[in-house]
Amino acid sequence: MTVSRSLPHDAAPLHVTGQARYVDDIPVPAGCLHLAFGLSTIARGRILSMDLDPVRAAPGVVAVLTAGDLPFANDVSPSVHDEPLLADGRVNYVGQPVFLVVAESHLAARRAARLGRIDYDEEEPILTVEQALAANSRFEDGPVVWEKGDAEAAIAAALRVIEGRVEIGGQEHFYLEGQAALALPQEGGDMMIHSSTQHPTEVQHKVAEALGVPMNAVRVETRRMGGGFGGKESQGNALAVACAVAACVTGQPCKMRYDRDDDMIITGKRHDFRIDYRAGVDAEGRILGVAFTHYARCGWAQDLSLPVADRAMLHADNAYCLPAVRIESHRLRTNTQSATAFRGFGGPQGMVGIERVMDHVAHELGMDPVELRRRNYYAEAAKGGAAPRPAASPRGISDQKEAGGGNTTPYGMEVEDFELGAMTEALLERCDYVARRAAVRAWNARGGAIRKGIAFSPVKFGISFTLTHLNQAGALVHVYQDGSVHLNHGGTEMGQGLFQKVAQVAASRFGIGLEAVKITATDTGKVPNTSATAASSGSDLNGMAVKAACDTIRDRIAAHLAQRFQADAAEVRFEGGRVHVGAESVSFAEAARMAYEGRVSLSATGFYRTPKLAWDRLRGRGRPFYYFAYGCAVTEVAVDARSGEYRILRADILHDAGASLNPAIDIGQVEGGYVQGAGWLTTEELVWDNRGRLMTHAPSTYKIPACSDRPDVFNVALWDGRNREETIYRSKAVGEPPFMLGISAWLALSDAVASFGDVYPALDAPATPERVWAAIRRVRNGV
Amino acid sequence: MKKIHVTTKINGDTVEFLCDPRETLLDVLRDRLGLTGAKEGCGTGDCGACSVTVDGRLTCSCLMLGVEAEGHEIGTVEGIADGEELHPLQKKFIEYAALQCGICTPGILVAAKNLLERNPDPTEEEVRYWLAGNLCRCTGYDKIIRAVLDTAAEMREAS
Repeated sequence: MTVSRSLPHDAAPLHVTGQARYVDDIPVPAGCLHLAFGLSTIARGRILSMDLDPVRAAPGVVAVLTAGDLPFANDVSPSVHDEPLLADGRVNYVGQPVFLVVAESHLAARRAARLGRIDYDEEEPILTVEQALAANSRFEDGPVVWEKGDAEAAIAAALRVIEGRVEIGGQEHFYLEGQAALALPQEGGDMMIHSSTQHPTEVQHKVAEALGVPMNAVRVETRRMGGGFGGKESQGNALAVACAVAACVTGQPCKMRYDRDDDMIITGKRHDFRIDYRAGVDAEGRILGVAFTHYARCGWAQDLSLPVADRAMLHADNAYCLPAVRIESHRLRTNTQSATAFRGFGGPQGMVGIERVMDHVAHELGMDPVELRRRNYYAEAAKGGAAPRPAASPRGISDQKEAGGGNTTPYGMEVEDFELGAMTEALLERCDYVARRAAVRAWNARGGAIRKGIAFSPVKFGISFTLTHLNQAGALVHVYQDGSVHLNHGGTEMGQGLFQKVAQVAASRFGIGLEAVKITATDTGKVPNTSATAASSGSDLNGMAVKAACDTIRDRIAAHLAQRFQADAAEVRFEGGRVHVGAESVSFAEAARMAYEGRVSLSATGFYRTPKLAWDRLRGRGRPFYYFAYGCAVTEVAVDARSGEYRILRADILHDAGASLNPAIDIGQVEGGYVQGAGWLTTEELVWDNRGRLMTHAPSTYKIPACSDRPDVFNVALWDGRNREETIYRSKAVGEPPFMLGISAWLALSDAVASFGDVYPALDAPATPERVWAAIRRVRNGV
Repeated sequence: MKKIHVTTKINGDTVEFLCDPRETLLDVLRDRLGLTGAKEGCGTGDCGACSVTVDGRLTCSCLMLGVEAEGHEIGTVEGIADGEELHPLQKKFIEYAALQCGICTPGILVAAKNLLERNPDPTEEEVRYWLAGNLCRCTGYDKIIRAVLDTAAEMREAS
């Protein structure tokens, strides 16, 4: 079996030789034109006039398009048609595309784009949470509120009430490959698009709308992305649509890629949040009731903000069984980039809220923060993988919980697979937490400018798209008469190793080696109506769809050979590159040839939809997730009080990928997720000025973790488990969950800062050296 | 603008090209010579995705003009393997799964090879700081560092 083996990424030999082709590397036909957007320079206002003659007159410029020149739909929104490709009368943020330059080279297009002269009737922009609240500038009519029990009453009755506020910054995706698209006009008005997108079907849909053609006239192909992280779920639409429209207008191939600064200025980022919290606890540190208010800055267009804010609410509990909860979520409309999907999709922000509460409560009660967390954990599932109980109706669950019983989330889902009790135990032992915590305390007791901090944090992350209908996937598999296999599915490859994991599934189903399986680019012409490769769902959904397609072909081959060799089809086995039929055995290639000659179809589609889901978003009740993925981490840091600078000294991680399809790839996801999560909460700071201009729009001013920032000691292990649910080979989704392990780095900084005095540090995120320095000063001064 | 004739050596072969004097070496490699292994990650010399060597010195090709290559020897990721035979670093990067999306990989390999040529026995810290100019958003760097250290050890044994 090829599943569960640590095989390298399928394209690794191409990556290391520089041969792997990303969109910008695809050889283009002669006459290919290049595009660039002219961008708004103000955050909010009406366009009074545009003088684009200097742009048209610039060297190499072929055409300049504005909203009025677009033949059909002027929209690139993935949700509610509120995001014009080119500004139509109004601009809503600094960096909004206003006009489109088509030129003979990338450089010529970018140079010309700077020459546009636009007069605006400028209005006062809405930039901050406070400004948005004052102006009641929001999506939906008012805040979304979900409740379990009576949180206010529980807090009022509690022995101690702990309250506070945390600001959580956004995050730039910083995929190393910027957004890119290439449109190749075809005969009869058809359009072929190469797009660096996590969602080829969405690109197909938006291009079809923009060209006024049915979706069948547009084909989108995505072989690979140079990183996605959610930033290519909807943000690639604009480039693909621009290329398609320009190609349609000029009749020539058109390519567009954002320069890094443009990419950071134009595209959406992770939502920044402010979370206000109030928690009532008993003397033992058990949370009796908690109230959260989430304020999310969503930017100017809706994009995916509603499900992002929902997922933040859905992770406001993280790993803790909260008897009474109230979560109020404000989705604020601001004159900034339209915040979008980013690994974790709101989950990390929700989780930071409750982890902050745990940290704050532990500090106030003088308790060990790990012990406090364990007291509040959900009840551990019975050992040995007992069959999960069937899902109760949403109503039934909520009744049960409102009566105060059960092991249910704030949204009424029974937690059936909780395993963090055992995982926590194992991790603490492996990393020698107790002794190291004592050593950190002893080090800090000596005083001095360099202080240490150590912290633990758990992750419980819900797996499934919360928009239930997205939980489906398709596959297309061909077996050729020489026994070679052509594999296609709706998932996209952005580095996460999805293609390899799914190919391992296909090879296992046919009992053949991976070398016989050809992995092919995601193509809307092969598998239609796909969901974005997002929500960590890639392997779960596409693995199952491919399994279904392979099994269909396998059964046909088995039936044919059984008949030919007078055997029982149920006893035909596919193993070791051979097909065993009773006493006979033929190679897989021979079996394929026999089936072909026997006029048996060797091509099949496969389809999968996730079972058990039932989610009522309006009421905030039901089962939005098929299962949960778990992990936990301990991070130790050192902080220099003189400058606020710090280092991560050591990180230990235990993460549950179920029965991993490919441990090497999954551990890579865990390591990369942790470092990216730690980056979000430490060095990655987005700064807008008071006119709404993003001041951090290049790696020179926006600091993602570098090689030198990697923890000095970095121990990552997978929890040896099997998914209780019937996922593909009992594996678990692993794309997003490890991201939130980085929260432990932020908490460790808080722990180090706390050593300077008695008051709670109340460290906001990102905890840049500047913020750490200021927090140390506050703690020293006792304020 | 009038194009300028440049003669240079790339991966050991003499190469002549015409380029606009404003074009970067990266643009020339990618758009004129079809060597798309070097990538543009930032265009400002901060991410290392466009790393090449110029007369053996590690350089961001986005910060150098194509015309400046005149008379110099350029090394790119395409020249690291010896024909079909992968360089030990390339083999170790595959073996260690030291890559995910792969777009930073060419630059990191060029930089790591350059390090090992200067210092066949680097400490872990030396590897980390040498590669600090090559950003990777996927891997968290751990496997990259391990792969480089292990390659160095293996190459020392072999020599």
